[in-house]
Amino acid sequence: MKVFIYPTNSLILSDLVERFGHEPLTLMHEISKKVNTPGLDSPPLNMTPEDPKIGLKYAAVEVPSGVRGRMSLFGPLISKAEAAINVRDPVVSFGCMGCARTNELVNFLIRAKKIPMLDLDYPSSEEEAKEFVYKISQFLKSLGSQEEKK
Amino acid sequence: MDKITKMVVINSSKVLPSDVVIKLYESNADVMIKETCFGVMVSGERAEVDKLLSETRKMDPYGIFIKERGFAPGEPHRCRATRRGGARPGFHMLETEEKLLPQIAEALRALDRGEIPQKKQIKKKLDVEKLKEIIEKAEVS
Repeated sequence: MKVFIYPTNSLILSDLVERFGHEPLTLMHEISKKVNTPGLDSPPLNMTPEDPKIGLKYAAVEVPSGVRGRMSLFGPLISKAEAAINVRDPVVSFGCMGCARTNELVNFLIRAKKIPMLDLDYPSSEEEAKEFVYKISQFLKSLGSQEEKK
Repeated sequence: MDKITKMVVINSSKVLPSDVVIKLYESNADVMIKETCFGVMVSGERAEVDKLLSETRKMDPYGIFIKERGFAPGEPHRCRATRRGGARPGFHMLETEEKLLPQIAEALRALDRGEIPQKKQIKKKLDVEKLKEIIEKAEVS
């Protein structure tokens, strides 16, 4: 099953989803498509005039182009998602991923899609980490069993 | 064919990045390998990289973490050599999560042992009436 993760570039979430036998939908995959597609040559991420137009599907034209540009990366991931794991208010979303409006919009769109979703906090102790990993493993196992039922 | 790059982040007391690199070279697979301070980067065809890294993970299942990377190793837009130093974009995310890896590794061990963790006790918020009481007491004194 294709599992959307938030933060979308998380090592821990991406690794755990893959470890438990599902496919993580990560931002790195979308970026790699842009970087490796021949014919596009504007660095650093090879954004094309088409990207903000793709973003228009998710945000209005008055919305800053940064949000629309980011949504052109997140959008295809959200549309492919069959389940989601969301970490609430990750510290890193203040830094490199720091577009608060995009992050809010991504969370809203995932919730609006009404797919199986797991909400968590990043662990700060060993006990919390055990609960974090246990919840993810149980959630991903339940997805597997759902697929078998079909 | 789909060409991808994967990052292998090593947080292990048994395995070093150099051990993983030797193991990868031994496999004789058609991939590009780069040893880094945090682990290894492997670039090649998706099927080949996935197969190779699932074997590599067995060296220390609790100490090796893998994720995909958008840029290939040495990509001029990301490589510090061509960007005159400074933190590589994405470094801070990796740094933040690497601190949690020992705890996640321990949690994975516990999961394999079949341990069921106790539910976290959620701290209750302060009741309004209780707050009023505290304010009244403070005013009197």
